[in-house]
Amino acid sequence: MPAAAASKTPLTFQELLFRLQTFWAERGCVLQQPYDVEVGAGTMSPDTFLRVLGPKPIRIAYAQPSRRPADGRYGENPNRLYKHTQFQVILKPPPADIQEVYLESLAAIGIDLRQHDIKFEEDNWESPTLGAWGIGWQVMLDGLEITQFTYFQQCGGIDLDPISGEITYGLERIAAFLQDVDSIYDIVWARDPLTGHAVTYGDVRLQEELQFSVYNFEAAEIKKLWEHLRLYEAECQALLASFHDSFSPRAEKKAEHHQKIHDTLVHDGGKPAPEEDVERALRRFPVLGAYDLCLKCSHLFNLLDARGAISVTERVGVIARIRALAVGVAKAYAAQQNKGN
Amino acid sequence: MATFLFEAGLEEIPARMVAPAQAELARRVVDLLQRERLLGPDAEVKSYSTPRRLTVCLSAVFESQADVIEQLTGPSWSIAFKDGVPTGAAQAFAKKAGVEIGALTKLTNAKGEYVSATVKKPGRKAAEVLTELLPRELTALYWPKNMYWRAGKPERFVRPVKWLLALLDHAIVPVEFAGVHAANLTYGHRILHGGHAVTINHPSDYLAALEAAKVMPDPDARRHKIRKALDAVTRTVPGARWREDEPLVETVTHLTEWPQVVLGGFEPEYLSLPEEVLVTVMRDHQKYFAVEDAAGKLAPHFLAVLNTETDEQGLATIRHGNERVLRARFNDARFFWNFDQKIPLSERLELLKTVTFQKDLGSYHQKTEANLSLVTALAALLRERGIQFDHSALETATRLAKTDLTAELVKEFTELQGVVGGLYARAQGLGETAAQAIYWQYRPASSEDAIPPTVEGQLLGLADRFQTLTAMFALGLEPTGSKDPFALRRAANGVVKILADSALPLTFDDLLDASGELSPATRSSLTAFLRERVEFYLREARGIAYDVVNAVLAAGSADLPDAVARAEALSTVRDSADFAAISAAFKRSKNILRQAAEKLAFKEEIAATGVVEALLADPAEATLYRETRRLAPLVEELRSRREYGHALEQAATLRPHVDLFFDKVMVMAPEADLRQNRLALIAMVLASFSTIADFSEMVAPVKASSDAA
Repeated sequence: MPAAAASKTPLTFQELLFRLQTFWAERGCVLQQPYDVEVGAGTMSPDTFLRVLGPKPIRIAYAQPSRRPADGRYGENPNRLYKHTQFQVILKPPPADIQEVYLESLAAIGIDLRQHDIKFEEDNWESPTLGAWGIGWQVMLDGLEITQFTYFQQCGGIDLDPISGEITYGLERIAAFLQDVDSIYDIVWARDPLTGHAVTYGDVRLQEELQFSVYNFEAAEIKKLWEHLRLYEAECQALLASFHDSFSPRAEKKAEHHQKIHDTLVHDGGKPAPEEDVERALRRFPVLGAYDLCLKCSHLFNLLDARGAISVTERVGVIARIRALAVGVAKAYAAQQNKGN
Repeated sequence: MATFLFEAGLEEIPARMVAPAQAELARRVVDLLQRERLLGPDAEVKSYSTPRRLTVCLSAVFESQADVIEQLTGPSWSIAFKDGVPTGAAQAFAKKAGVEIGALTKLTNAKGEYVSATVKKPGRKAAEVLTELLPRELTALYWPKNMYWRAGKPERFVRPVKWLLALLDHAIVPVEFAGVHAANLTYGHRILHGGHAVTINHPSDYLAALEAAKVMPDPDARRHKIRKALDAVTRTVPGARWREDEPLVETVTHLTEWPQVVLGGFEPEYLSLPEEVLVTVMRDHQKYFAVEDAAGKLAPHFLAVLNTETDEQGLATIRHGNERVLRARFNDARFFWNFDQKIPLSERLELLKTVTFQKDLGSYHQKTEANLSLVTALAALLRERGIQFDHSALETATRLAKTDLTAELVKEFTELQGVVGGLYARAQGLGETAAQAIYWQYRPASSEDAIPPTVEGQLLGLADRFQTLTAMFALGLEPTGSKDPFALRRAANGVVKILADSALPLTFDDLLDASGELSPATRSSLTAFLRERVEFYLREARGIAYDVVNAVLAAGSADLPDAVARAEALSTVRDSADFAAISAAFKRSKNILRQAAEKLAFKEEIAATGVVEALLADPAEATLYRETRRLAPLVEELRSRREYGHALEQAATLRPHVDLFFDKVMVMAPEADLRQNRLALIAMVLASFSTIADFSEMVAPVKASSDAA
């Protein structure tokens, strides 16, 4: 049991993060850094969205700043943020005692469950944009939703086998709870061990909340956002099309055939076997690059939405466009994994 | 005889699914044991459930099935034995039956002599049968939503299975399901008892052992404890009462294994927010019970049901935590309320252009336009019919009805759409009548719910739903089977209920006529759909028997309140002996007329000539004619005054004359003129008394038919 869990001083925001990282690292998780492309949730990081695909077991944990432009409140609302922090744990396959381990993680951040009321209440998760859904609970601690707990069933339109267990902690909420403050901005982010001087969440992030609310709701140039969206989408689509042309089962046969003719005519043998070439090309193919482009589109959609720039007829259509990218990337990634292994 | 105890341990089952699953599992296990001849006649069935377990316990289970003696018939005797020596055929049969050749006997039946063997099939042990068959019952359990969890996806279930407990008295029944092998172990409360197993040596130990491990497995006991605790805790606030909320009691019963109740409070300043908002936050979002003072006004308290047991300090911590969450939620609500006031409803109409109603029908702005045109047409009709209402308030309400969909408060609390619009309209001084109409527009929400109290509200609710119905039907999006993605049945139920329960003098035809151009196909399919909803309303909401519904609707369904009144009157008199006889006679009359019409093309002639008094040869038919002539205007008079009970009583006095007529008179007389006259007579009787209901639709009372059987 970590020492501070028993101590009286509640954890600072950054200590909370340390504790969770340490806890999950001790349980075999690779600690990944936050993904550095804008995402709306930890699920959208490739460390979740792509790694849950395929049979390869993984254990991974990371904090993920999650941007939701429409949720911005200019820093005026004590409970709502444009950018909040999720702590995301992915366990594939989920261990049989995943719930018990999760409860231990709460003890590790200083929550004595004998002094609290904890419930697992039905809450299934679904993201039409990602073609993903799962079954699970919201974990309620004294009436506060502190975690979304999901058994991922499908991702990018692909049925998962094995499935993954996804644990998403809402760090701001948990920190405000631990520190018993009514405003997120009053959370102590860090405390100087020598002077005891506290730096608050507001000190660190208020300016960002204000300015990004202004940008997201007022300043972002709608025409340019659409243009960005179009460009990112086009590039992503081009990559996916190229992947499809090169590596779909039919394309493979055709390529093999051409390679044989080419080898016979030009090089007269002696070259590496054509299958190796295809495999190498497959491994090199920048599916991850395509996924970043898809994430860009998703964020631009959210920005346009916050700007109130998406009309009725457009809305469903744009969601479908992004979903097509996400599903295309997931399929390509899965194909790449299958061949790579 | 033994007692069988089975418990499936799961990760938390969704609260809404627990009770049905408990009942289904018990039923399946009972059926299985009965099917397998393993259940004694006096078996007692108990079933339990918590969020983490489903349990069934049965006494009087036979340890084995009874042996079965079977007689097998083989080849004919002459083939099996040649000169008393067994042939290959006899040997093969004996081998197949598992008996010695010497044990074969001769069986003589109508077809001849055959070889026969008596075989004893030993009964199987209960444990063996359960081990083999119980997993199939578990697999077959219905869950509204399932998941996979093991690699290779071998099974789907509501949540992962953690343990199985299966005991036949002291013995473990080695059932296996989802990779879990049954043992004699269960688990107590997650927090209060921790992760160590509890050994159950005998089914009779189960309840006490779990109680000691801080689990109340019986939901009835938990429900009782929760209600008592709610009462007890509320008593600490003088004069206070907790607001009864049956569905919420049910939910928290299935969210807890060891319930406790804590009373919390919030700052009285939040009481300035509308009660609807506060209660929604507490009930729907936090699963708290609201508390009211002696006058029924909301008090600044709430009750949370916990799934734990703590000391005073823990309770204080938990109370504090719940109060924090509620305060934040109320703060949010207040923030949204104030934020929303920056843009009044009147300016939000434009914003509806970006809110989709349905992809082929466009935005809520377009929906509002369509509602307005239907409301305008209906308003004109009602004015012609002398109904008083505030036309300008109705128009305002219709125009602004959907604008709250753009409000932050509604985005946060979607269940409050309409209600929020009404509250905003009031706060923004748009007039009480318009505010009320907006507030009530989605009511009735169910067949038990009230309709809007004002004409303006009724009209708006009616027009909104009816416009949706015509637009969807025109697109060919009517519900099929169990598929009703646009909840059109509910919309139509609302239309029916408003028409039936209000004083609006409107019929379906009025609504259809006011709906602009409708193709004949749309109109007829919608009419049929509405008729079906009327039948549903009369049966389900009014509890009227289906034959009464058919009888009443056959006499007209345009005026719904009238149809309801007729149906209720008919339900009252239907079981009287006179009335049953009349119904039977009417049915007979109708059959005679139908057959006559088919065979003899009499219909037109009857209509043309009517009854000729001079041709009424038999006194019985003369009396029937006279009595009908006397009674008909009387019944009609009562009917026009809507005194349907009296009207039907009068009609029933015709019975002796009808009985006598069918007793003495042959309708299909050989003489053409007599026959035609008699047909005309019964047609006249039917026509005179079928204005309230078509009695021939009535089914003989249940009592009579069961006597006959």
